[in-house]
Amino acid sequence: MGNTGSVKQAYAEILAQLGKENEKIVAIDADLQACSLTDKFSDSFPDRHFNVGIAECNMVGIAAGMATCGKIPFVHSFAMFTAGRAYDQIRNSVVYPHLNVKVMGMYAGFTNGEDGPTHQCVEDLSLMRTIPGNVVLCPSDANETKQMVRAVAEYDGPCYIRMPRSATQTHTDIPGYQFEIGKGVELCDGKDVAIIATGIMVERAMQAAQLLKEEGICARVIDMHTIKPIDRQIILKAADETGAIVTTEDHNIIGGLGSAVAEVLAENRCVPFIRHGVKDAFGKSGKFEAVMELHGLTAQGIIACAKAVIAQK
Amino acid sequence: MDNVKIRELSKIATKARILGLDAIHSANSGHIGGAFSAVDIMTVLFFETMRNIDPKNPKQPNRDRFVLSKGHGTAALYPTLALRGFFPIEDLKTFRHIDSYLSGHAEMNHVPGVDMSAGSLGQGLSAAVGMALAGKLDHAGYRVYAMMGDGEIQEGQIWEAAMAAGKYKLDNLVGIVDYNRLQIDGTVAEVMPLEPLKEKWKSFGWETFEIDGHDYAAIAQVFEDAKQIKNKPVMVIANTVKGKGVSFMENNVNWHGHPPAEDEYQRAMAELKKALEDLEG
Repeated sequence: MGNTGSVKQAYAEILAQLGKENEKIVAIDADLQACSLTDKFSDSFPDRHFNVGIAECNMVGIAAGMATCGKIPFVHSFAMFTAGRAYDQIRNSVVYPHLNVKVMGMYAGFTNGEDGPTHQCVEDLSLMRTIPGNVVLCPSDANETKQMVRAVAEYDGPCYIRMPRSATQTHTDIPGYQFEIGKGVELCDGKDVAIIATGIMVERAMQAAQLLKEEGICARVIDMHTIKPIDRQIILKAADETGAIVTTEDHNIIGGLGSAVAEVLAENRCVPFIRHGVKDAFGKSGKFEAVMELHGLTAQGIIACAKAVIAQK
Repeated sequence: MDNVKIRELSKIATKARILGLDAIHSANSGHIGGAFSAVDIMTVLFFETMRNIDPKNPKQPNRDRFVLSKGHGTAALYPTLALRGFFPIEDLKTFRHIDSYLSGHAEMNHVPGVDMSAGSLGQGLSAAVGMALAGKLDHAGYRVYAMMGDGEIQEGQIWEAAMAAGKYKLDNLVGIVDYNRLQIDGTVAEVMPLEPLKEKWKSFGWETFEIDGHDYAAIAQVFEDAKQIKNKPVMVIANTVKGKGVSFMENNVNWHGHPPAEDEYQRAMAELKKALEDLEG
Protein backbone atom coordinates (compact mmCIF):
# COMPACT_ATOMS: atom_id res chain seq x y z
CA MET A 1 0.00 0.00 0.00
CA GLY A 2 1.10 3.51 -0.74
CA ASN A 3 1.05 6.72 1.19
CA THR A 4 -1.91 8.69 2.36
CA GLY A 5 -2.79 11.63 0.14
CA SER A 6 -5.40 14.35 0.18
CA VAL A 7 -7.82 14.02 -2.69
CA LYS A 8 -8.86 17.65 -2.52
CA GLN A 9 -5.26 18.88 -2.43
CA ALA A 10 -4.56 16.74 -5.47
CA TYR A 11 -7.58 18.30 -7.20
CA ALA A 12 -6.41 21.81 -6.38
CA GLU A 13 -2.94 21.07 -7.74
CA ILE A 14 -4.05 19.47 -10.99
CA LEU A 15 -6.62 22.19 -11.71
CA ALA A 16 -3.93 24.85 -11.33
CA GLN A 17 -1.58 22.83 -13.52
CA LEU A 18 -4.24 22.35 -16.21
CA GLY A 19 -4.99 26.06 -16.03
CA LYS A 20 -1.39 26.69 -16.98
CA GLU A 21 -1.60 24.29 -19.92
CA ASN A 22 -4.96 25.38 -21.29
CA GLU A 23 -6.18 28.94 -21.08
CA LYS A 24 -9.74 27.89 -21.95
CA ILE A 25 -10.12 26.44 -18.47
CA VAL A 26 -12.04 28.65 -16.02
CA ALA A 27 -13.08 27.91 -12.45
CA ILE A 28 -16.29 29.03 -10.75
CA ASP A 29 -17.11 28.87 -7.06
CA ALA A 30 -20.24 29.50 -5.04
CA ASP A 31 -18.68 30.71 -1.80
CA LEU A 32 -16.98 27.42 -0.96
CA GLN A 33 -13.54 28.18 -2.29
CA ALA A 34 -12.25 27.29 1.14
CA CYS A 35 -13.38 23.73 0.36
CA SER A 36 -12.65 23.49 -3.36
CA LEU A 37 -9.20 25.00 -2.76
CA THR A 38 -9.35 26.70 -6.13
CA ASP A 39 -7.21 29.49 -4.67
CA LYS A 40 -4.26 27.63 -6.20
CA PHE A 41 -5.95 28.27 -9.55
CA SER A 42 -7.23 31.78 -8.85
CA ASP A 43 -3.86 32.97 -7.48
CA SER A 44 -2.30 32.15 -10.84
CA PHE A 45 -5.27 33.07 -13.05
CA PRO A 46 -7.38 35.66 -11.23
CA ASP A 47 -9.16 36.69 -14.45
CA ARG A 48 -10.32 33.14 -15.04
CA HIS A 49 -11.82 32.55 -11.62
CA PHE A 50 -15.32 33.67 -10.66
CA ASN A 51 -16.98 33.54 -7.27
CA VAL A 52 -20.69 33.98 -7.91
CA GLY A 53 -21.80 33.81 -4.30
CA ILE A 54 -24.19 31.30 -2.78
CA ALA A 55 -26.07 30.68 -6.00
CA GLU A 56 -25.30 27.22 -7.37
CA CYS A 57 -28.03 27.20 -10.02
CA ASN A 58 -26.72 30.45 -11.46
CA MET A 59 -23.16 29.11 -11.27
CA VAL A 60 -24.07 26.14 -13.46
CA GLY A 61 -25.97 28.37 -15.89
CA ILE A 62 -23.06 30.81 -16.18
CA ALA A 63 -20.76 27.87 -16.88
CA ALA A 64 -23.10 26.69 -19.62
CA GLY A 65 -23.04 30.11 -21.27
CA MET A 66 -19.24 30.26 -21.06
CA ALA A 67 -18.99 26.78 -22.57
CA THR A 68 -20.98 27.95 -25.61
CA CYS A 69 -18.17 30.47 -26.11
CA GLY A 70 -15.43 27.84 -26.00
CA LYS A 71 -14.47 27.96 -22.33
CA ILE A 72 -14.01 24.82 -20.24
CA PRO A 73 -15.61 25.70 -16.90
CA PHE A 74 -15.12 23.70 -13.71
CA VAL A 75 -17.88 24.51 -11.21
CA HIS A 76 -17.58 23.80 -7.50
CA SER A 77 -19.80 23.25 -4.52
CA PHE A 78 -20.81 20.48 -2.18
CA ALA A 79 -22.34 17.49 -4.02
CA MET A 80 -25.58 18.33 -2.24
CA PHE A 81 -25.72 21.73 -3.91
CA THR A 82 -24.44 20.91 -7.40
CA ALA A 83 -25.98 17.50 -8.12
CA GLY A 84 -28.79 18.16 -5.67
CA ARG A 85 -29.80 21.80 -5.81
CA ALA A 86 -28.75 22.49 -9.40
CA TYR A 87 -30.02 19.23 -10.89
CA ASP A 88 -32.37 20.96 -13.32
CA GLN A 89 -29.64 23.37 -14.48
CA ILE A 90 -27.15 20.52 -14.96
CA ARG A 91 -29.74 18.54 -16.91
CA ASN A 92 -31.22 21.29 -19.06
CA SER A 93 -28.51 23.94 -19.41
CA VAL A 94 -25.47 21.63 -19.53
CA VAL A 95 -26.04 17.98 -20.39
CA TYR A 96 -29.00 18.29 -22.76
CA PRO A 97 -27.09 20.73 -25.02
CA HIS A 98 -23.93 18.62 -24.37
CA LEU A 99 -21.89 21.58 -23.17
CA ASN A 100 -18.31 21.19 -22.00
CA VAL A 101 -18.91 21.90 -18.31
CA LYS A 102 -17.27 19.95 -15.51
CA VAL A 103 -19.40 19.79 -12.38
CA MET A 104 -17.64 19.01 -9.11
CA GLY A 105 -19.57 17.48 -6.22
CA MET A 106 -17.27 18.21 -3.29
CA TYR A 107 -17.52 16.67 0.19
CA ALA A 108 -19.80 13.91 -1.08
CA GLY A 109 -21.27 11.05 0.93
CA PHE A 110 -20.70 11.32 4.68
CA THR A 111 -17.39 13.12 4.38
CA ASN A 112 -19.17 16.25 5.62
CA GLY A 113 -19.59 14.39 8.93
CA GLU A 114 -20.45 16.92 11.62
CA ASP A 115 -22.55 19.08 9.31
CA GLY A 116 -25.17 16.35 9.24
CA PRO A 117 -27.70 15.03 6.74
CA THR A 118 -28.49 18.34 5.01
CA HIS A 119 -24.88 18.39 3.81
CA GLN A 120 -24.31 14.66 3.34
CA CYS A 121 -25.28 13.80 -0.20
CA VAL A 122 -25.87 10.07 -0.68
CA GLU A 123 -27.86 10.35 -3.90
CA ASP A 124 -25.66 12.39 -6.26
CA LEU A 125 -24.42 9.42 -8.30
CA SER A 126 -28.00 8.34 -8.80
CA LEU A 127 -29.16 11.81 -9.88
CA MET A 128 -26.24 12.39 -12.22
CA ARG A 129 -26.26 8.87 -13.69
CA THR A 130 -29.82 9.09 -14.95
CA ILE A 131 -29.21 12.19 -17.07
CA PRO A 132 -28.80 10.90 -20.64
CA GLY A 133 -25.20 11.11 -21.84
CA ASN A 134 -23.71 12.42 -18.62
CA VAL A 135 -20.30 11.07 -17.61
CA VAL A 136 -20.11 10.29 -13.88
CA LEU A 137 -16.85 9.74 -12.03
CA CYS A 138 -15.56 9.23 -8.51
CA PRO A 139 -11.84 9.05 -7.70
CA SER A 140 -10.45 6.75 -5.02
CA ASP A 141 -7.20 8.49 -4.20
CA ALA A 142 -4.98 11.48 -4.90
CA ASN A 143 -3.14 9.91 -7.82
CA GLU A 144 -6.34 8.84 -9.53
CA THR A 145 -7.82 12.29 -8.96
CA LYS A 146 -5.00 13.94 -10.85
CA GLN A 147 -5.21 11.58 -13.80
CA MET A 148 -9.01 11.73 -13.81
CA VAL A 149 -9.23 15.51 -13.83
CA ARG A 150 -6.73 15.67 -16.67
CA ALA A 151 -8.80 13.18 -18.67
CA VAL A 152 -11.98 15.11 -17.91
CA ALA A 153 -10.42 18.36 -19.12
CA GLU A 154 -9.44 16.66 -22.36
CA TYR A 155 -12.86 15.07 -22.85
CA ASP A 156 -15.22 17.32 -24.80
CA GLY A 157 -18.54 17.11 -22.98
CA PRO A 158 -20.32 17.28 -19.64
CA CYS A 159 -18.91 15.40 -16.65
CA TYR A 160 -19.78 15.08 -13.00
CA ILE A 161 -17.01 14.26 -10.52
CA ARG A 162 -17.94 13.15 -7.02
CA MET A 163 -15.15 14.31 -4.72
CA PRO A 164 -14.60 13.04 -1.21
CA ARG A 165 -13.27 15.39 1.43
CA SER A 166 -10.97 13.02 3.22
CA ALA A 167 -7.46 11.83 2.60
CA THR A 168 -7.11 8.22 1.51
CA GLN A 169 -4.45 5.61 1.08
CA THR A 170 -2.98 5.77 -2.39
CA HIS A 171 -3.61 2.49 -4.22
CA THR A 172 -3.34 3.48 -7.82
CA ASP A 173 0.26 4.67 -7.81
CA ILE A 174 1.31 1.35 -9.29
CA PRO A 175 3.24 0.43 -12.44
CA GLY A 176 1.05 0.29 -15.49
CA TYR A 177 -1.81 2.30 -13.98
CA GLN A 178 -3.32 4.50 -16.63
CA PHE A 179 -6.61 6.27 -16.02
CA GLU A 180 -9.19 5.94 -18.76
CA ILE A 181 -12.80 7.13 -18.54
CA GLY A 182 -15.07 4.08 -18.47
CA LYS A 183 -12.35 1.53 -17.65
CA GLY A 184 -12.36 0.07 -14.15
CA VAL A 185 -9.09 -0.98 -12.53
CA GLU A 186 -8.32 -4.37 -11.02
CA LEU A 187 -6.27 -3.46 -7.95
CA CYS A 188 -5.79 -6.99 -6.69
CA ASP A 189 -6.72 -10.34 -8.17
CA GLY A 190 -8.81 -12.99 -6.48
CA LYS A 191 -10.99 -15.92 -7.42
CA ASP A 192 -13.43 -16.34 -4.52
CA VAL A 193 -15.29 -13.03 -4.68
CA ALA A 194 -15.03 -9.69 -6.45
CA ILE A 195 -15.46 -6.46 -4.50
CA ILE A 196 -16.34 -3.62 -6.82
CA ALA A 197 -15.75 -0.33 -5.02
CA THR A 198 -15.80 3.36 -5.80
CA GLY A 199 -14.33 6.46 -4.17
CA ILE A 200 -13.30 6.20 -0.54
CA MET A 201 -14.73 2.67 -0.30
CA VAL A 202 -11.81 1.42 -2.43
CA GLU A 203 -9.54 1.93 0.55
CA ARG A 204 -11.90 -0.07 2.77
CA ALA A 205 -12.27 -2.76 0.12
CA MET A 206 -8.49 -3.15 0.02
CA GLN A 207 -8.41 -3.51 3.81
CA ALA A 208 -11.23 -6.05 3.60
CA ALA A 209 -9.34 -8.06 0.96
CA GLN A 210 -6.25 -8.11 3.17
CA LEU A 211 -8.25 -9.35 6.15
CA LEU A 212 -10.11 -11.93 4.05
CA LYS A 213 -6.78 -13.21 2.77
CA GLU A 214 -5.76 -13.97 6.34
CA GLU A 215 -8.84 -16.17 6.53
CA GLY A 216 -7.92 -17.89 3.27
CA ILE A 217 -10.47 -16.06 1.15
CA CYS A 218 -9.11 -14.61 -2.02
CA ALA A 219 -10.96 -11.39 -2.97
CA ARG A 220 -10.55 -9.43 -6.17
CA VAL A 221 -10.83 -5.65 -5.73
CA ILE A 222 -11.98 -3.47 -8.59
CA ASP A 223 -11.71 0.31 -8.42
CA MET A 224 -14.75 1.46 -10.39
CA HIS A 225 -13.86 5.12 -10.78
CA THR A 226 -16.36 5.59 -13.60
CA ILE A 227 -19.99 5.03 -12.67
CA LYS A 228 -21.14 5.99 -16.13
CA PRO A 229 -20.40 4.70 -18.67
CA ILE A 230 -20.04 1.58 -16.52
CA ASP A 231 -17.29 -0.90 -17.46
CA ARG A 232 -19.39 -3.95 -18.45
CA GLN A 233 -16.40 -5.99 -19.45
CA ILE A 234 -14.65 -5.88 -16.09
CA ILE A 235 -17.93 -6.74 -14.31
CA LEU A 236 -18.70 -9.74 -16.51
CA LYS A 237 -15.11 -10.97 -16.28
CA ALA A 238 -15.32 -10.75 -12.49
CA ALA A 239 -18.64 -12.60 -12.49
CA ASP A 240 -17.19 -15.38 -14.66
CA GLU A 241 -13.93 -15.72 -12.77
CA THR A 242 -15.12 -15.29 -9.17
CA GLY A 243 -18.82 -16.22 -9.28
CA ALA A 244 -19.74 -13.77 -6.50
CA ILE A 245 -19.96 -9.97 -6.53
CA VAL A 246 -20.15 -7.31 -3.83
CA THR A 247 -20.42 -3.62 -4.67
CA THR A 248 -19.51 -1.03 -2.08
CA GLU A 249 -20.15 2.72 -2.07
CA ASP A 250 -20.67 5.56 0.42
CA HIS A 251 -23.93 6.32 -1.37
CA ASN A 252 -27.47 5.07 -1.29
CA ILE A 253 -27.65 1.50 -2.58
CA ILE A 254 -30.45 2.78 -4.80
CA GLY A 255 -29.24 4.34 -8.03
CA GLY A 256 -25.46 4.46 -7.64
CA LEU A 257 -22.65 1.97 -8.25
CA GLY A 258 -24.62 -0.99 -6.88
CA SER A 259 -27.49 -0.31 -9.22
CA ALA A 260 -25.20 0.22 -12.20
CA VAL A 261 -23.50 -3.14 -11.60
CA ALA A 262 -26.85 -4.83 -10.88
CA GLU A 263 -28.15 -3.66 -14.25
CA VAL A 264 -25.22 -5.28 -16.05
CA LEU A 265 -25.43 -8.51 -14.06
CA ALA A 266 -29.21 -8.87 -14.24
CA GLU A 267 -29.15 -8.82 -18.01
CA ASN A 268 -26.10 -11.02 -18.48
CA ARG A 269 -25.03 -13.24 -15.61
CA CYS A 270 -26.75 -15.05 -12.79
CA VAL A 271 -24.30 -14.85 -9.88
CA PRO A 272 -24.74 -14.17 -6.18
CA PHE A 273 -24.62 -10.41 -5.68
CA ILE A 274 -24.89 -8.00 -2.75
CA ARG A 275 -24.95 -4.20 -2.73
CA HIS A 276 -23.07 -2.78 0.24
CA GLY A 277 -23.71 0.90 0.91
CA VAL A 278 -26.13 3.28 2.57
CA LYS A 279 -29.38 1.37 2.99
CA ASP A 280 -31.82 4.04 1.82
CA ALA A 281 -31.20 6.23 4.85
CA PHE A 282 -30.05 9.74 5.68
CA GLY A 283 -26.83 10.27 7.58
CA LYS A 284 -26.31 11.85 10.97
CA SER A 285 -24.14 14.52 12.55
CA GLY A 286 -20.93 13.12 13.92
CA LYS A 287 -17.29 12.49 13.21
CA PHE A 288 -16.93 11.23 9.65
CA GLU A 289 -15.63 7.81 10.74
CA ALA A 290 -18.44 7.51 13.31
CA VAL A 291 -21.10 8.16 10.66
CA MET A 292 -19.44 5.62 8.38
CA GLU A 293 -19.39 3.10 11.24
CA LEU A 294 -23.07 3.76 12.00
CA HIS A 295 -23.96 2.80 8.43
CA GLY A 296 -21.61 -0.16 8.34
CA LEU A 297 -19.41 1.46 5.73
CA THR A 298 -16.28 -0.24 7.02
CA ALA A 299 -13.92 -3.02 6.00
CA GLN A 300 -15.82 -5.27 8.42
CA GLY A 301 -19.09 -4.40 6.71
CA ILE A 302 -17.61 -5.37 3.35
CA ILE A 303 -16.19 -8.61 4.80
CA ALA A 304 -19.63 -9.61 6.09
CA CYS A 305 -21.13 -9.03 2.64
CA ALA A 306 -18.30 -10.94 0.95
CA LYS A 307 -18.83 -13.95 3.18
CA ALA A 308 -22.60 -13.81 2.68
CA VAL A 309 -22.28 -13.69 -1.07
CA ILE A 310 -19.75 -16.54 -1.13
CA ALA A 311 -22.17 -18.62 0.97
CA GLN A 312 -24.80 -18.17 -1.75
CA LYS A 313 -22.57 -19.75 -4.42
CA MET B 1 -35.84 55.25 -38.01
CA ASP B 2 -37.64 56.23 -41.22
CA ASN B 3 -41.06 55.05 -42.28
CA VAL B 4 -39.67 52.83 -45.02
CA LYS B 5 -37.62 50.92 -42.51
CA ILE B 6 -40.53 50.68 -40.08
CA ARG B 7 -42.75 49.32 -42.85
CA GLU B 8 -40.08 46.80 -43.80
CA LEU B 9 -39.71 45.53 -40.22
CA SER B 10 -43.47 45.46 -39.81
CA LYS B 11 -43.77 43.29 -42.92
CA ILE B 12 -41.16 40.86 -41.64
CA ALA B 13 -42.84 40.60 -38.25
CA THR B 14 -46.23 40.02 -39.86
CA LYS B 15 -44.75 37.30 -42.07
CA ALA B 16 -43.20 35.78 -38.94
CA ARG B 17 -46.61 35.79 -37.27
CA ILE B 18 -48.15 34.07 -40.30
CA LEU B 19 -45.41 31.46 -40.30
CA GLY B 20 -45.67 31.00 -36.53
CA LEU B 21 -49.42 30.53 -36.74
CA ASP B 22 -48.96 28.02 -39.55
CA ALA B 23 -46.30 26.14 -37.61
CA ILE B 24 -48.50 25.87 -34.53
CA HIS B 25 -51.47 24.87 -36.67
CA SER B 26 -49.42 22.18 -38.38
CA ALA B 27 -48.20 20.84 -35.02
CA ASN B 28 -51.58 21.39 -33.39
CA SER B 29 -49.43 22.46 -30.45
CA GLY B 30 -47.35 25.45 -29.37
CA HIS B 31 -47.36 28.78 -27.57
CA ILE B 32 -48.89 31.46 -29.73
CA GLY B 33 -49.66 34.26 -27.27
CA GLY B 34 -46.10 34.74 -25.98
CA ALA B 35 -44.69 34.31 -29.48
CA PHE B 36 -46.80 37.16 -30.83
CA SER B 37 -45.94 39.44 -27.91
CA ALA B 38 -42.21 38.86 -28.51
CA VAL B 39 -41.88 38.69 -32.28
CA ASP B 40 -41.57 42.41 -32.97
CA ILE B 41 -38.57 42.62 -30.65
CA MET B 42 -36.95 39.56 -32.25
CA THR B 43 -37.52 41.06 -35.69
CA VAL B 44 -35.67 44.23 -34.74
CA LEU B 45 -32.86 42.23 -33.11
CA PHE B 46 -32.24 39.92 -36.07
CA PHE B 47 -32.92 42.42 -38.88
CA GLU B 48 -31.57 45.63 -37.41
CA THR B 49 -29.64 45.42 -34.15
CA MET B 50 -27.49 42.33 -33.93
CA ARG B 51 -24.02 42.48 -35.52
CA ASN B 52 -21.89 39.83 -37.20
CA ILE B 53 -24.68 37.30 -37.54
CA ASP B 54 -24.31 35.26 -40.68
CA PRO B 55 -26.84 32.58 -41.63
CA LYS B 56 -24.11 30.80 -43.59
CA ASN B 57 -21.85 30.72 -40.55
CA PRO B 58 -24.20 30.67 -37.58
CA LYS B 59 -21.50 29.89 -35.00
CA GLN B 60 -18.97 32.54 -35.92
CA PRO B 61 -17.25 33.54 -32.68
CA ASN B 62 -17.61 37.33 -32.84
CA ARG B 63 -21.39 37.35 -33.46
CA ASP B 64 -23.84 39.05 -31.16
CA ARG B 65 -25.80 36.41 -29.27
CA PHE B 66 -29.47 35.98 -28.50
CA VAL B 67 -30.71 33.79 -25.65
CA LEU B 68 -34.41 33.03 -25.67
CA SER B 69 -34.71 32.36 -21.97
CA LYS B 70 -38.47 32.02 -22.39
CA GLY B 71 -37.68 28.95 -24.48
CA HIS B 72 -41.31 28.35 -25.40
CA GLY B 73 -41.19 31.40 -27.68
CA THR B 74 -40.03 29.26 -30.60
CA ALA B 75 -43.10 30.11 -32.71
CA ALA B 76 -41.54 33.59 -32.88
CA LEU B 77 -37.85 32.69 -32.92
CA TYR B 78 -37.90 29.97 -35.57
CA PRO B 79 -39.91 32.01 -38.11
CA THR B 80 -37.59 34.98 -37.47
CA LEU B 81 -34.50 32.82 -38.03
CA ALA B 82 -36.01 31.24 -41.15
CA LEU B 83 -36.86 34.64 -42.60
CA ARG B 84 -33.31 35.76 -41.81
CA GLY B 85 -32.03 32.82 -43.86
CA PHE B 86 -30.78 30.39 -41.23
CA PHE B 87 -32.88 27.49 -42.57
CA PRO B 88 -35.61 26.92 -45.19
CA ILE B 89 -38.94 28.59 -44.47
CA GLU B 90 -40.85 25.48 -45.57
CA ASP B 91 -39.25 23.51 -42.71
CA LEU B 92 -41.40 25.51 -40.27
CA LYS B 93 -44.31 23.27 -41.26
CA THR B 94 -42.50 20.43 -39.48
CA PHE B 95 -42.38 22.35 -36.17
CA ARG B 96 -42.74 19.99 -33.19
CA HIS B 97 -43.07 16.94 -35.47
CA ILE B 98 -41.26 13.75 -34.51
CA ASP B 99 -39.02 13.74 -37.59
CA SER B 100 -38.17 17.46 -37.47
CA TYR B 101 -35.19 19.34 -36.05
CA LEU B 102 -37.51 22.18 -35.00
CA SER B 103 -38.18 21.15 -31.42
CA GLY B 104 -40.86 22.66 -29.20
CA HIS B 105 -38.44 24.68 -27.11
CA ALA B 106 -35.27 26.45 -28.27
CA GLU B 107 -32.53 23.98 -29.16
CA MET B 108 -28.98 25.08 -29.98
CA ASN B 109 -27.45 21.94 -31.47
CA HIS B 110 -30.01 21.26 -34.16
CA VAL B 111 -31.54 24.60 -35.05
CA PRO B 112 -29.14 26.96 -36.87
CA GLY B 113 -29.08 30.41 -35.30
CA VAL B 114 -30.11 29.33 -31.81
CA ASP B 115 -27.34 30.30 -29.40
CA MET B 116 -28.59 28.52 -26.28
CA SER B 117 -31.01 25.72 -25.52
CA ALA B 118 -33.76 26.75 -23.13
CA GLY B 119 -37.09 25.58 -21.86
CA SER B 120 -36.88 25.12 -18.12
CA LEU B 121 -37.72 28.69 -17.15
CA GLY B 122 -35.32 30.98 -15.36
CA GLN B 123 -32.08 29.54 -16.76
CA GLY B 124 -31.33 31.65 -19.83
CA LEU B 125 -30.20 34.83 -18.10
CA SER B 126 -27.45 32.88 -16.30
CA ALA B 127 -26.23 31.49 -19.62
CA ALA B 128 -26.28 35.00 -21.07
CA VAL B 129 -24.20 36.22 -18.11
CA GLY B 130 -21.73 33.41 -18.87
CA MET B 131 -21.53 34.46 -22.52
CA ALA B 132 -21.01 38.10 -21.55
CA LEU B 133 -18.28 37.14 -19.05
CA ALA B 134 -16.56 35.03 -21.71
CA GLY B 135 -16.76 37.99 -24.08
CA LYS B 136 -15.07 40.23 -21.51
CA LEU B 137 -12.42 37.60 -20.83
CA ASP B 138 -11.62 37.31 -24.54
CA HIS B 139 -11.84 41.08 -25.14
CA ALA B 140 -14.39 40.23 -27.83
CA GLY B 141 -16.73 42.99 -28.91
CA TYR B 142 -19.92 40.98 -29.15
CA ARG B 143 -23.08 41.82 -27.23
CA VAL B 144 -25.49 39.39 -25.62
CA TYR B 145 -29.27 39.79 -25.67
CA ALA B 146 -31.45 37.69 -23.37
CA MET B 147 -35.22 37.69 -23.57
CA MET B 148 -37.29 36.63 -20.57
CA GLY B 149 -40.97 36.20 -20.05
CA ASP B 150 -42.61 38.24 -17.32
CA GLY B 151 -43.93 35.16 -15.53
CA GLU B 152 -40.49 33.61 -15.96
CA ILE B 153 -38.78 36.19 -13.79
CA GLN B 154 -40.67 34.81 -10.81
CA GLU B 155 -37.95 32.14 -10.87
CA GLY B 156 -35.29 32.81 -8.23
CA GLN B 157 -32.40 31.98 -10.54
CA ILE B 158 -33.18 35.10 -12.59
CA TRP B 159 -32.32 37.23 -9.59
CA GLU B 160 -29.16 35.24 -8.89
CA ALA B 161 -28.12 36.05 -12.46
CA ALA B 162 -29.24 39.66 -12.02
CA MET B 163 -26.90 40.02 -9.04
CA ALA B 164 -23.99 38.46 -10.90
CA ALA B 165 -24.45 40.70 -13.95
CA GLY B 166 -24.40 43.71 -11.64
CA LYS B 167 -21.32 42.49 -9.80
CA TYR B 168 -19.37 41.94 -13.01
CA LYS B 169 -20.59 45.22 -14.58
CA LEU B 170 -21.59 43.46 -17.78
CA ASP B 171 -22.20 46.36 -20.14
CA ASN B 172 -22.16 43.90 -23.04
CA LEU B 173 -25.38 42.31 -21.74
CA VAL B 174 -28.91 43.46 -22.51
CA GLY B 175 -31.90 41.79 -20.90
CA ILE B 176 -35.43 42.11 -22.20
CA VAL B 177 -38.59 41.37 -20.25
CA ASP B 178 -41.53 40.57 -22.51
CA TYR B 179 -44.05 42.18 -20.20
CA ASN B 180 -47.38 40.99 -21.59
CA ARG B 181 -48.82 40.72 -18.08
CA LEU B 182 -50.33 37.25 -18.53
CA GLN B 183 -49.13 33.82 -17.49
CA ILE B 184 -50.70 30.35 -17.60
CA ASP B 185 -52.81 30.64 -14.46
CA GLY B 186 -53.96 34.23 -14.92
CA THR B 187 -52.58 37.74 -14.78
CA VAL B 188 -49.05 38.21 -13.51
CA ALA B 189 -50.44 40.69 -10.98
CA GLU B 190 -52.69 38.00 -9.51
CA VAL B 191 -50.36 35.02 -9.67
CA MET B 192 -47.24 36.76 -8.37
CA PRO B 193 -46.89 40.50 -8.84
CA LEU B 194 -43.59 41.87 -10.18
CA GLU B 195 -44.02 45.54 -9.45
CA PRO B 196 -42.20 47.74 -8.92
CA LEU B 197 -40.30 46.00 -11.70
CA LYS B 198 -38.07 48.80 -12.91
CA GLU B 199 -36.94 49.54 -9.39
CA LYS B 200 -36.16 45.88 -8.79
CA TRP B 201 -33.73 45.71 -11.70
CA LYS B 202 -32.29 49.09 -10.85
CA SER B 203 -31.58 47.98 -7.30
CA PHE B 204 -29.71 44.95 -8.68
CA GLY B 205 -27.32 47.28 -10.50
CA TRP B 206 -28.95 47.44 -13.92
CA GLU B 207 -29.70 50.45 -16.10
CA THR B 208 -33.36 50.14 -17.03
CA PHE B 209 -35.43 51.33 -19.97
CA GLU B 210 -39.13 50.96 -20.53
CA ILE B 211 -40.55 50.82 -24.05
CA ASP B 212 -43.55 49.81 -26.11
CA GLY B 213 -42.46 46.38 -27.30
CA HIS B 214 -44.41 46.72 -30.55
CA ASP B 215 -42.92 50.07 -31.59
CA TYR B 216 -40.11 49.19 -34.02
CA ALA B 217 -38.44 52.58 -33.83
CA ALA B 218 -38.50 52.55 -30.04
CA ILE B 219 -37.14 49.00 -29.91
CA ALA B 220 -34.27 49.79 -32.28
CA GLN B 221 -33.51 53.01 -30.43
CA VAL B 222 -33.38 51.40 -26.99
CA PHE B 223 -30.79 48.85 -28.18
CA GLU B 224 -28.71 51.74 -29.57
CA ASP B 225 -29.09 53.67 -26.32
CA ALA B 226 -28.04 50.57 -24.40
CA LYS B 227 -24.67 50.62 -26.18
CA GLN B 228 -23.91 53.96 -24.54
CA ILE B 229 -24.30 52.55 -21.03
CA LYS B 230 -20.95 51.67 -19.48
CA ASN B 231 -20.06 49.50 -16.48
CA LYS B 232 -23.48 48.02 -15.97
CA PRO B 233 -25.95 45.72 -17.70
CA VAL B 234 -29.10 47.04 -19.30
CA MET B 235 -32.65 45.80 -18.79
CA VAL B 236 -35.33 46.68 -21.29
CA ILE B 237 -38.83 46.32 -19.91
CA ALA B 238 -40.93 45.91 -23.00
CA ASN B 239 -44.63 46.50 -22.52
CA THR B 240 -46.29 44.06 -24.87
CA VAL B 241 -49.65 42.51 -25.71
CA LYS B 242 -50.04 38.77 -25.50
CA GLY B 243 -51.34 37.44 -28.83
CA LYS B 244 -50.55 40.78 -30.54
CA GLY B 245 -51.73 40.95 -34.14
CA VAL B 246 -54.80 38.72 -33.94
CA SER B 247 -57.77 40.60 -32.48
CA PHE B 248 -59.40 37.73 -30.63
CA MET B 249 -56.11 36.48 -29.18
CA GLU B 250 -54.91 39.80 -27.79
CA ASN B 251 -54.75 40.07 -24.01
CA ASN B 252 -56.44 36.71 -23.61
CA VAL B 253 -54.68 34.26 -21.31
CA ASN B 254 -56.36 31.31 -23.01
CA TRP B 255 -53.93 31.78 -25.89
CA HIS B 256 -50.86 30.98 -23.82
CA GLY B 257 -50.32 27.42 -24.89
CA HIS B 258 -53.23 25.98 -26.76
CA PRO B 259 -53.41 25.74 -30.53
CA PRO B 260 -56.22 27.33 -32.56
CA ALA B 261 -59.09 25.19 -33.79
CA GLU B 262 -59.60 25.13 -37.56
CA ASP B 263 -62.05 28.04 -37.69
CA GLU B 264 -59.91 30.07 -35.29
CA TYR B 265 -56.89 29.36 -37.45
CA GLN B 266 -58.75 30.56 -40.55
CA ARG B 267 -59.91 33.76 -38.84
CA ALA B 268 -56.45 34.50 -37.43
CA MET B 269 -54.80 33.84 -40.79
CA ALA B 270 -57.29 36.10 -42.56
CA GLU B 271 -56.47 38.94 -40.15
CA LEU B 272 -52.73 38.53 -40.53
CA LYS B 273 -52.90 38.24 -44.33
CA LYS B 274 -55.00 41.37 -44.46
CA ALA B 275 -52.42 43.17 -42.34
CA LEU B 276 -49.66 42.02 -44.67
CA GLU B 277 -51.61 43.10 -47.76
CA ASP B 278 -52.16 46.52 -46.24
CA LEU B 279 -48.43 46.83 -45.60
CA GLU B 280 -47.52 45.70 -49.09
CA GLY B 281 -50.24 47.73 -50.81
